[in-house]
Amino acid sequence: MMVELGQYIPGTSCIHYLDPRAKLLGLFFYGLALLLAPTGITASLTGAAILPVIVLAGLAPSFIWRQLKPLLVFLVIIFFLQVALTPGEIIAAIGPLRITREGLDYGIMALARVFFLIVAASVLMATTDPLALADGLERLLRPGQRFGLPSVELALMLTLALRFVPTLLEEAERIMRAQVARGATFRGSQVKNLMPLIIPLFISAFRRAEGLAEAMEARAYRGGKGRTRMRELHFKPADYIFLLLAVLLVAGTAYYRLGFGS
Amino acid sequence: MIEVQGVTFFYPGTREPALENISLTIRPGEFLAITGPNGSGKSTLARLLNGLLRPGKGRVLVDGLDTADAASLVEIRRRVGMVFQDPDNQLVAATVEDDVAFGPENLGLPPAAVRQRVAAALEAVELADLKTRPPHRLSGGQKQRLALAGVLAMEPVYLVLDEATAMLDPVGREEVLKKVLALRREKGLAVILITHFMEEAALAERMLVLNEGRIILSGPPADVLQQEEGLAKAGLKAPAIVALGKSLRQAGVKLPASIVTVEEMARALWKLASGK
Ligand SMILES: Nc1ncnc2c1ncn2[C@@H]1O[C@H](COP(=O)(O)OP(=O)(O)OP(=O)(O)O)[C@@H](O)[C@H]1O
Ligand SMILES: [Mg+2]
Repeated sequence: MMVELGQYIPGTSCIHYLDPRAKLLGLFFYGLALLLAPTGITASLTGAAILPVIVLAGLAPSFIWRQLKPLLVFLVIIFFLQVALTPGEIIAAIGPLRITREGLDYGIMALARVFFLIVAASVLMATTDPLALADGLERLLRPGQRFGLPSVELALMLTLALRFVPTLLEEAERIMRAQVARGATFRGSQVKNLMPLIIPLFISAFRRAEGLAEAMEARAYRGGKGRTRMRELHFKPADYIFLLLAVLLVAGTAYYRLGFGS
Repeated sequence: MIEVQGVTFFYPGTREPALENISLTIRPGEFLAITGPNGSGKSTLARLLNGLLRPGKGRVLVDGLDTADAASLVEIRRRVGMVFQDPDNQLVAATVEDDVAFGPENLGLPPAAVRQRVAAALEAVELADLKTRPPHRLSGGQKQRLALAGVLAMEPVYLVLDEATAMLDPVGREEVLKKVLALRREKGLAVILITHFMEEAALAERMLVLNEGRIILSGPPADVLQQEEGLAKAGLKAPAIVALGKSLRQAGVKLPASIVTVEEMARALWKLASGK
């Protein structure tokens, strides 16, 4: 079993080349704009701003669909809850269910927010090397160091997770095979059935963590203090343009939110 | 020079010392093998050399820097590189090159210097082609060579290998050991090889046998490996080639007693067969 983490798809598009910090900030502004958009229609229009990014990144619609599929039920529930529970002007009634104009609008708004945020996050993951992402996050959080935020350690934790998830998955498979060879079955989803897998996996993870801590210390690790990074990040003109567009999106939705648009 | 001076070490909460009154000097460029049965204190000794453990009694000095002095630890760890047994527990980053960068980054080197050291270290262990690969997609031998590169990038003076080949198959073992010995020749690194394989220990200039926390034998492998009784006390056995030499000598073949490796034996037999 070859496990590849994240959905990073290496490529050479201009979206791939953007600075990870610009992309992270872009996602933040995009999320903010979605939150600020006051109606279902404005939220959908705001969300549509991701479409040119998808095209530029050269991502196939089937890829986006694969990211969304596991969350479909969740999206449908969000939509119907909003539709069913919002009081207002009734436009249709199915049995005891009353659909209001406001409910429909809220439903579309909530759906658009969650839907487009997931899409945008998938685009970020697909076009950014997870390591670059961890680095970008570290740099963005660096100002927080002054207030005791361990940004270097957080980024290191993220890369360690990236490094060890595949190893632990391989190990889980090995343990599973060993237990099956001893007559265990892993059918059924009861936790009880998974215990013979989970316990050895935990023990091995702790043992690894101990060895890892020692190996890191042996390589002169002493926390984030004094640590430099090999990868340098540079903002290019494209990054500034990208961020400018993202900020304009926020400004646009804020304009509507404050009621100037209607 | 690494000087271990009268070191006794207890793990917290234990009554028996893991090491007792050990004294030892390791010269730069030397090739020292350390063997001994399980639990004899080999790993404990290794961890004392780079300050992962501090001696309870006695001192450990690395080129004059005391491992008990917290301010010297970074420099000590730069000088004394360590490769551990389990390849999966010592690789920290999601790609080969980022892993090699970890040590130099901890030393606080500027990015350009880190990149240059990473490139040189990967070149030295012949992994430059795989620099963007995730470590879990390397073979065991490649993983250990990567761990070696991670240490080399810190430009060490001493290289401690704590059973670094124990989890590898024979091919992987040879691959790693060959690389280590080549690096010693090229860079003048001292190699401290902790191993259960007597054939590997026989290649060293000097070997130590530990038993129950004490050094029971030490000297050139040619001497140590002849001491059947001493080795047996530590539950060890000289490589088969030593027994073969002994049998041949008893049968009247004129071989020197100092033969401990297959190569030496081959050379000696060839010399005999060709009548000098
Ligand atoms: N973390 C620890 N806490 C307590 N005792 C320990 C610890 N690590 C090792 N010991 C004990 O110290 C002694 C020496 O252990 P050490 O690991 O140095 O032996 P070793 O020669 O490396 O053995 P092996 O060949 O199994 O690797 C043993 O008796 C062991 O049980
Ligand atoms: Mg050991």
